[in-house]
Amino acid sequence: MTAHTLSVQQLSAGYGDRLILQGLNLDVLPGRVTAIVGANACGKSTLLRAMSRLLAPRGGQVLLDGKAVHRMAPRKLAQVLGLLPQSPVAPEGITVADLVSRGRHPHHGILSRWNRADDEAVAAALEATRTTDLAERAVDELSGGQRQRVWIAMALAQETDLLLLDEPTTFLDIAHQVEVLDLLCDLNQRRGTTIVMVLHDLNLAARYADHLVAMAAGRLHVSGSPDEVLTAANVRAVFGLDSRIIPDPVSGRPMMLPIGRHRMAGA
Amino acid sequence: MTAEAITAGRLRRARYRSRVIWTALVLLAAGFAVTLMLGQSFTPPQDVLRVLAGQEVPGASFTVGQLRLPRAVLAILAGLSFGLGGAAFQIMLRNPLASPDIIGISSGASAAAVFAIVVMGLDGAAVSVFAVVAGLGVAIAIYALSFRGGVAGTRLILVGIGVQAMMQSFISYTLSRAPSWDLQEAIRWLAGSLNGAQLAQAVPVLLSLLVFGGLLVMRTRDLEALRLGDDAASALGTDVGRTRAVVVVAAVGLIAVATAVVGPISFVAFLAGPIAARIVGPNGSALLPAALVGAALVLAGDYAGQFLLPGRYPVGVVTGALGAPYLIYLIIHVNRTGASL
Repeated sequence: MTAHTLSVQQLSAGYGDRLILQGLNLDVLPGRVTAIVGANACGKSTLLRAMSRLLAPRGGQVLLDGKAVHRMAPRKLAQVLGLLPQSPVAPEGITVADLVSRGRHPHHGILSRWNRADDEAVAAALEATRTTDLAERAVDELSGGQRQRVWIAMALAQETDLLLLDEPTTFLDIAHQVEVLDLLCDLNQRRGTTIVMVLHDLNLAARYADHLVAMAAGRLHVSGSPDEVLTAANVRAVFGLDSRIIPDPVSGRPMMLPIGRHRMAGA
Repeated sequence: MTAEAITAGRLRRARYRSRVIWTALVLLAAGFAVTLMLGQSFTPPQDVLRVLAGQEVPGASFTVGQLRLPRAVLAILAGLSFGLGGAAFQIMLRNPLASPDIIGISSGASAAAVFAIVVMGLDGAAVSVFAVVAGLGVAIAIYALSFRGGVAGTRLILVGIGVQAMMQSFISYTLSRAPSWDLQEAIRWLAGSLNGAQLAQAVPVLLSLLVFGGLLVMRTRDLEALRLGDDAASALGTDVGRTRAVVVVAAVGLIAVATAVVGPISFVAFLAGPIAARIVGPNGSALLPAALVGAALVLAGDYAGQFLLPGRYPVGVVTGALGAPYLIYLIIHVNRTGASL
């Protein structure tokens, strides 16, 4: 596997008159798992969309292997960089096998025919996400957790070396959140896929990511290992929340306990 | 499951799809043959074939060659155009209500055609060009009016329905001011009609099908990707902006050129896509099947309007009667669940 480099340089981006990202710099660690965390509306999703060509930068650039992604041919980019958006739409009644097959789209031109390699990629994606048994079911009949695994399978069938995911665990219960994150770690370890994901849960982010990126108000506040990033001072700066950090007894990684106004021992 | 099982499932879906398409083609050919043979009188197939081969057959040369053939050919070409153009819009905007005949694009083309004929005294290809330009203008206007930092489907449809009403009143006004007009003409531009069809009129529609239809069919995969949402389509390597531009120009071209000849045949563009989607199922594009369904609707609607109903009705009235209940159903249903083609 070739290690692709993805780097964000002085990136400014936004919608309409509103500039959301302002001069953001980020180097994605090749072959590792990166989690982007931050308060609501701090620009996490905007960053992910700009990194994957969905949003044109107003200033600065995003470089994939040294080339600006906004000047790359969409199909070529999609063979290397995959993205699972926050709320993709499953066409009414579509089967799992067909939806996952659509991940092969960037590997085909107007005339090229579907081939054996495509079927193998789809089978492998179903296998990896344990959705093989669902292959002939309709996506809209599935539970939230199953559906999310199917969408991840579609992104896997794309066979990209880099995969960006926008809040892949939203709307899932805790067991399914862990399952999805385990699946992404498997993918990272087995295939060496570079993973960048936006996560809401700080403790799960610290548990699963090699690299944490904390954003605040459209800027990168701090990035580094979970130990470096998940500190009470950073939580205070990024979320405006008082907290205590203790070692996670399961993983040894840092774990954040929020301090609110109620239910304090001794209070 | 292994790759073999995936292959088997894919082949099974492809076989089903091609079976459906071939069946539709055969039915369409049969319908075409019937409309050539059977009108108010019966013409035996051998006479029909001789007329088609260019021979002079007493009686049949006029009824088949002058009346039935131009009508059937135009019905099929216009139906293909409406079906393709309508489904392309519905798929691209992920909403069956976003059909050109609901959101005013067909009426816009029709209004331009009426204006060109009645007020400017144009005919032939000039009318088509005028209709295409007006159709594109209306499409751009609807888009601009519903743009608020992005285009939401519902707003676009509501704006379109308003534009549709404006265009309809413009057509009525223009017709009422025309120096000489008759009910036939009025119905053509308001509901669509194949009365007085001539074979020469089929030429621009055929050309537009080859050019614009070809452009659309080449975008079938990108349109399919758009069904997953703009972000997902883009992540899969579809150039969303370019696909949109090509699809709008091609679909408006198809609708406008056909409308300039036969009028905005009611609800064909609107009905063809959902019917095709129902027939071919969710796994695969409804674009080409919608073209066939559109052709079948116009051909059958015109035939029913001429011979099967008490009294003679233009095709637009028949398809309108079919489409209106579905529109009501859809408005109720979509509001409840949000549907996708």
